[in-house]
Amino acid sequence: MGIDVISERQVGLVSNESRANARRRTSLFGDRLLRAATLCGALFLLLVVAGMAIMLIHGASTALGHFGPSFLGSQSWDPVRERFGALPSLLGTILSAGLALLLAVPLSLGIAMFLTELAPAWLARPVAAAVEVLAAIPSIIYGMWGLFVLAPAIASHLQPLLSRHLGWLPLFQGPPMGIGMMTAAIVLALMVVPYIAAVARDLFTMVPPSIKEAASGVGATRWEVMWHVVIPFTRSGLVGAIVLGLGRALGETMAVTFVIGNSHHISASLYKPSNTIASTLANEFTEATGGLYVSSLIALALVLFLLTFVILAIGRILVSRTALQGERAT
Amino acid sequence: MALLPDDKVKIRVEELSFFYGKTQALKSNNLEIADRRITALIGPSGCGKSTHIRTYNRMFELYPGQRATGRIRMDGLDVLDRGSVDGITLRSRVGMVFQKPTPFPMSIWDNVAFGLKLKGCTGTELEQGVTQALQEAALWDEVKDRLRASGLSLSGGQQQRLCIARALAVRPEVLLLDEPASALDPIATARIEELIRGMRGSLTVVLVTHNMQQAARVSDYTAFFYMGELVEHGPTDQLFTFPRERRTEEYITGKFG
Repeated sequence: MGIDVISERQVGLVSNESRANARRRTSLFGDRLLRAATLCGALFLLLVVAGMAIMLIHGASTALGHFGPSFLGSQSWDPVRERFGALPSLLGTILSAGLALLLAVPLSLGIAMFLTELAPAWLARPVAAAVEVLAAIPSIIYGMWGLFVLAPAIASHLQPLLSRHLGWLPLFQGPPMGIGMMTAAIVLALMVVPYIAAVARDLFTMVPPSIKEAASGVGATRWEVMWHVVIPFTRSGLVGAIVLGLGRALGETMAVTFVIGNSHHISASLYKPSNTIASTLANEFTEATGGLYVSSLIALALVLFLLTFVILAIGRILVSRTALQGERAT
Repeated sequence: MALLPDDKVKIRVEELSFFYGKTQALKSNNLEIADRRITALIGPSGCGKSTHIRTYNRMFELYPGQRATGRIRMDGLDVLDRGSVDGITLRSRVGMVFQKPTPFPMSIWDNVAFGLKLKGCTGTELEQGVTQALQEAALWDEVKDRLRASGLSLSGGQQQRLCIARALAVRPEVLLLDEPASALDPIATARIEELIRGMRGSLTVVLVTHNMQQAARVSDYTAFFYMGELVEHGPTDQLFTFPRERRTEEYITGKFG
């Protein structure tokens, strides 16, 4: 009887142990599988980036070989005589994205600030939802709206107003046509706002209330709490959000192509039609005849690809620059 | 319940009730805070002691749905009266330090200078204000060679003293300490307690603590809160040795809490 009990227990112990071992073995296998799968995913990503770079370099080699480094600095874009330069599109890309951020960043931070600090709950929820809806609207709709609604409105109201008051600046000279750099930048800004605002709002809500209270506790106004404490507290995330927005602004194609006017002339006036790399590619790829033309367009794509890398790198450097001494230790 | 003559009272709380939306967290509290003495508020978690001090600087008004009724007279003026007392000015007169250290993401020097700069201090005035506050918070010797380092690079205890320095820098009349040592180790706690004791005579201090020994060690007066009610308040020695109320006695002898 006693022996029976012991042996039963032992059997129980053994089977428990073997079950545990079996479970450990399967979970070890699971670990390995997970590891392999995630590694594959990571490598695949690298492969895609490398593949794109190689494809672009290969496709661009004819144009780059033909024009050399002057491709970047040349203003001419003449498919008839086959003379191509990236400068108008490159400048247009940087300018439109830069102007868009100039408009979008303060607006986005304002929206995020309002949503987290000031808005009563009944208003915060619908506004936050609207921000998310804006982010989901396809860019072609922004483009059509920009072309049919915004551009005429800018031509008949905003541009005459600016010319009247700031007309001494070359930026605001010329015929108010509506189609051009200014409208493109405004449309881009509207497209970028929801991205930056949504991320900024999440960042602001993550700031511990006690930090904000501590700032109020030494006599700071709401604005001072935001400006001196909340924004510095979230700055690396905010830089990330802005870089994300910049990435979208640099690469945005359809909406910009609709409203920018697609001209390869460089002009000081924001009223004049211009071009970005993305809109040039969208407009001209289908019409490109001849190897040098196509290759020049691919070279433009390569420039955009590299530009995005440079912007990302600058973003990273900004984040690490603004981090205070000793902060990383914690 | 009048314990002190008017000229010895810094803050007189009358019929203070507090609501989080529809939930009542404080029920008609009456309390006197002695001028330039240390008053400890004790009681089990959730009894309303933190809520109570957050009314002194109207910190609650940063949040919608929270409201206080009753009167909190500081030097005769009712601080709950938004018409006559401005919240921003009030909070620079009534400083606050929290349970968890809250250094701002900036340098040690900038942390302490923060409130002074908001007040418009510059140059030597600012320089002296920062130095003096750091000395008063017993942090100067440890940080004087690295004032430009981030406040976040300090240890927990140092961060808390930094927060005390930051609060002291704006020369408040009242300092509210909401469990300032509960996140710290015993040595850091001892330093904070020493610091608080040193404020006696120059500053009105209200210390919220769940640690009865700390209240006994540090404070001149103690008030016991239970379920949003102020059960009893009196000189610390008296409250701990001869509590008048049964609930106080049960709490300090460890029968509940």
